[in-house]
Amino acid sequence: MLRTSRRTAPPRHAPRIRIGCDIHPVDELAQSVEFFGERYLARVFTPLEREQTAGPAQLDRLAGRFAAKEAVVKVLQLPTTAVIPWQSIEVRTGRNGVPYAVLSGRAAELAEAQGIDRIDISLSHDAGLAMAVAAAIPRETDDTTDTDTDSDGDDE
Amino acid sequence: MTDDTIRRVLDAHGKLRAPAAGLNDADDLYAAGMTSHASVNVMLALEDAFDVEFPDELLSKHTFCTIATIRDALGTLTGVAA
Repeated sequence: MLRTSRRTAPPRHAPRIRIGCDIHPVDELAQSVEFFGERYLARVFTPLEREQTAGPAQLDRLAGRFAAKEAVVKVLQLPTTAVIPWQSIEVRTGRNGVPYAVLSGRAAELAEAQGIDRIDISLSHDAGLAMAVAAAIPRETDDTTDTDTDSDGDDE
Repeated sequence: MTDDTIRRVLDAHGKLRAPAAGLNDADDLYAAGMTSHASVNVMLALEDAFDVEFPDELLSKHTFCTIATIRDALGTLTGVAA
């Protein structure tokens, strides 16, 4: 017979979801484009990001992608010495319109070491601000296992 | 001269809450108000000011954390001891 209990603990080593968020003013990005032009765009965004954001609202959409890159950095929980070029975190729009992140180079290596295969993104824009949330569920590795749950999950 | 230029760039692009002249070399620029996005502008402005290009291997938060770390990075790029 199947029994359920409110006290049932999750599996001891269940990976915890990783969440990162960031918010970015669109006008700051516009100022950077105005001041540094192509150099700024080429250093921060990939050709695909620029292609997928093309149109009258491109600055808003690029601001969202910058916020998403920062959110992904928070998901990866990196030390300040970690070398992460902005282009190594690419925010793509899927065929269903839902954004996700694709990592390359050192960012991909660091994600792999943490058991992170996929990072989903949610973007929103309002009042001159772009915000992003990034989320990932690491597969079980030595770095991601839950270590502060006691042996039987009892919370007494 | 280098430090003066770094401080001038920080004042123009770093989004600091107070003038960079009031910061010590080891003060944390992020704690002083610089955002990650502002650090991009600082990097590009430093490239213009010193005629250098920051390679990928220097693109860490640590590189732009203090005036001292920026000076060290520029020293690496220009071949001049910091």
